[in-house]
Amino acid sequence: MQTAKDLKQYREELHESLDNEFLRTILDNFAVAYRAGRANAFKGMDVKGLISEVAACKDEATLHHAELYAQFKENAEKAGVKVHWAKDAEEANRIICDIARANDCKSVVKSKSMTAEETLLNHALEDENFEVIETDLGEWIIQLRHEGPSHMVMPAIHLSRFQVKDLFSEVTGKEQETDIDKLVKVARRELRQKYVNADMGISGANFAVAETGGIGLVTNEGNARLVTTLPKVHVALMGIDKLVPKLHDALRILKVLPRNATGQAITSYVTWITGSNECAVGPDGKKEIHFVLLDNGRSELFKDPLFSQVNRCVRCGACANVCPVYRLVGGHKMGHIYIGAIGLILTYFFHGKDKAKNLVQNCINCEACKDICAGGIDLPRLIKEIHSRIQDEEGHPLPSLLLGKVLKNRKLFHTLLRTAKWAQKPMKESDQFIRHLPMMFSQHDFKALPTIADTPFRDMWKDIKPEVKAPKHRVALFSGCVQDFVYPEQMKACVQLLGDAQVDMDFPMDQSCCGLPVQMMGEMKAARDVAEQNLRAFQHGNYDYIITLCASCASHLKHNYPKLVKGNPRLESLAMEFSNKVIDFSSFANDVLGLDAEGFRKTGEKATYHAPCHLCRGLDVHEAPHKLIEAAGLEYVECDEEEVCCGFGGTFSMKFPELSSELLNKKLNNVEATGAKTLLTDCPGCIMQLRGGLKRRGSDIQVKHIAEALAANKK
Amino acid sequence: MTVQQRIDLFTEKATAVSAVVVEVAKPADALDYVVDLCGKKEACQLLASGCEAPLSDKAEKLCEAKRDKVIAAPGLDPELFKQLKTRCDELGFKLIDSGMRNHLAGIDIGFTEVQHGIAETGTLVQESSSEELRLATMVSEIHVALLPKSRIVDDSYDLEEYLLGAMKNAPNYHAFITGASRTADIERVLALGVHGPLELHILLLED
Repeated sequence: MQTAKDLKQYREELHESLDNEFLRTILDNFAVAYRAGRANAFKGMDVKGLISEVAACKDEATLHHAELYAQFKENAEKAGVKVHWAKDAEEANRIICDIARANDCKSVVKSKSMTAEETLLNHALEDENFEVIETDLGEWIIQLRHEGPSHMVMPAIHLSRFQVKDLFSEVTGKEQETDIDKLVKVARRELRQKYVNADMGISGANFAVAETGGIGLVTNEGNARLVTTLPKVHVALMGIDKLVPKLHDALRILKVLPRNATGQAITSYVTWITGSNECAVGPDGKKEIHFVLLDNGRSELFKDPLFSQVNRCVRCGACANVCPVYRLVGGHKMGHIYIGAIGLILTYFFHGKDKAKNLVQNCINCEACKDICAGGIDLPRLIKEIHSRIQDEEGHPLPSLLLGKVLKNRKLFHTLLRTAKWAQKPMKESDQFIRHLPMMFSQHDFKALPTIADTPFRDMWKDIKPEVKAPKHRVALFSGCVQDFVYPEQMKACVQLLGDAQVDMDFPMDQSCCGLPVQMMGEMKAARDVAEQNLRAFQHGNYDYIITLCASCASHLKHNYPKLVKGNPRLESLAMEFSNKVIDFSSFANDVLGLDAEGFRKTGEKATYHAPCHLCRGLDVHEAPHKLIEAAGLEYVECDEEEVCCGFGGTFSMKFPELSSELLNKKLNNVEATGAKTLLTDCPGCIMQLRGGLKRRGSDIQVKHIAEALAANKK
Repeated sequence: MTVQQRIDLFTEKATAVSAVVVEVAKPADALDYVVDLCGKKEACQLLASGCEAPLSDKAEKLCEAKRDKVIAAPGLDPELFKQLKTRCDELGFKLIDSGMRNHLAGIDIGFTEVQHGIAETGTLVQESSSEELRLATMVSEIHVALLPKSRIVDDSYDLEEYLLGAMKNAPNYHAFITGASRTADIERVLALGVHGPLELHILLLED
């Protein structure tokens, strides 16, 4: 659970995870195995189609949740089930304790339920002296250890067999072995007697089907079947987000949920309980069943135009499975009770801003979660939005406020950059790196930092702009601040290539930073102002395309600008027009210009590639860069985890240098393993990170923008 | 899909999740299979590992409650049950079709008929409103399920109408069963048989 009071304390807590070798290894292995398992489970299926169907049916359910609840309740009651509405966690727990007391229950067996974790139900029951036993193996283990889950689907993933062996030895009073199969059998037999003695079974529900009034439970171990069969009373606690209109919706979600969660086509058991079934020890031979539907802020959330999509979450946990940050620090540090990307969001709504305020900053915005989400939720955007809301409520931290103010004023920003060029002089090395970082940056020493260029691209433009006699395309260049002021040579390479290909270019001087850094820091107002500034700067040219060599800028301009200016019709249409024209360099060079091997010298040198998050996921561009590498006369060799984040994440690397450095390490190990001496990519931020890291390693691998590789081998 | 394609896909998917799939020509063959299987296994041994593992005194006591080899076949066709009884009597196995709550320490084999199979995932669909039947498939160490080949469908959507019909006639308890009970909760290592059967055998009946 999240207890840190401030970011500093939170960062100290993160160190505990970073130092935990076992955790790091198991999460690494899991991340790799998960990707392969999932791909296999979805083989031959239209995954995107299925996800959008799930999104659509959940959106429908969100819209009509009140009617669905009424229909569900009516049908369930007709079949002999008692249905309760709980407005918050406390009320849910009180209802359940009352049921236990009214039925004279003493012992409770539970099947895994995240909703019961959310309400801290066990504490409430134990406070009233009921014995509570978790029966899901992972849940039982963490219950015995008095911990919370560290993953939604695998709650005890953070523990080793040795820890479990010690725990079970303590519980049974007999020395156990470390053999996992044996440990599982010990749990089987220890827990069997608990089912026998229990008078109440508590489960969650994966589906509450309105048209039948029944629930569906998805499990592998089979504990939910025993929990809902043996005791005389069954209570199912579920969030109102589990309501779906039809059985078909549940069957549809069932096609995605296990595949996305663990790479299984389906779990071992799916249990459909409709009505009060036969139960030998129940009153009149019938089971006493209660369904408790928990609101806890959900119905408010459903009304929010942006956050209502949170209701699409089916709790598969996939957002954690692919999160590079979760992979480093685990669920206890990447969540409060709900973990992973969805956990950062739910924590804010269910457990409050105090629990969420540090967590939400720990998103590197790589979009891996958005890409994998079974409900197609735009998780990174929601996380940033919460970050911004918390800052609005609590006050903005000074650095973020300052950056916002500076970026809003292009002239001031650019003057500061130009001044920095002089300020860095004493620290400058001959090779474009800063020699010694000032003390305050000592934690950032895992990578060398670049210097500001002598001449920014904007100052070169009038001298290098090529004359194009018979233009095939008319385009505008968007440089972004890094390529303008730090790496103008990348823009130069692009200008040379495009000029040769008869592309007429323009560079609107009023353009400024794209605004992504301020959005990352939760400064939404500043992000909007910067967007407007850029929209105005490009509005008068009659361009076919707006080209940028920075994947992050491209994705931000394309996807976020229309959202940022929402509410202002004039700007909205401007932003739509603008965003439709935005294209990344690789897609333009490969798909539009069709650059091929003919125009380039063939060296056959090996080159590997790092796929920037905002290119591969943000813009869904995967193949174009590979083709360009081959076109440039190089031999493309794929490195492991090509599409995993390098750890830059803009301001993230400043805020969490320890995490950024670990992500970079993994990336560079994979790069070095290819044996290539050239590393290409499509984003100046990634280049800054990768180049700086390789410099610190003393490596001779050259990092370049793909445009530079092409320009260098131009015939 | 043709009938044969469905059977093949069902077999492939069920086998992939550790189920044993066997084709039987007639019901009597299924009965032979069950008693044969029961004869081969040891009484109340949690397969692979189990009884030798030390337990707490309370759990040990529950385990000691069971001595005989027990087959439970609740809900079985009466004629088949009679035939099975003859076989069990010969071999000294106890055959029951009710009173499952007296056998919660575990039984050796739960033998049940299932209504449908889903080829896409190798899943069995079982109407489990009877508590005896439900328990037999949960506390048995081996679950043997009898599925007529003609009852296999392509995909879960094909059973939607059937399921809806059953659910609207509540109370109703339906189970989708795919492979044996499993967990990967310790170090993500797959282990079969946590709370439910350690093995699932599916007998595909020619019909």
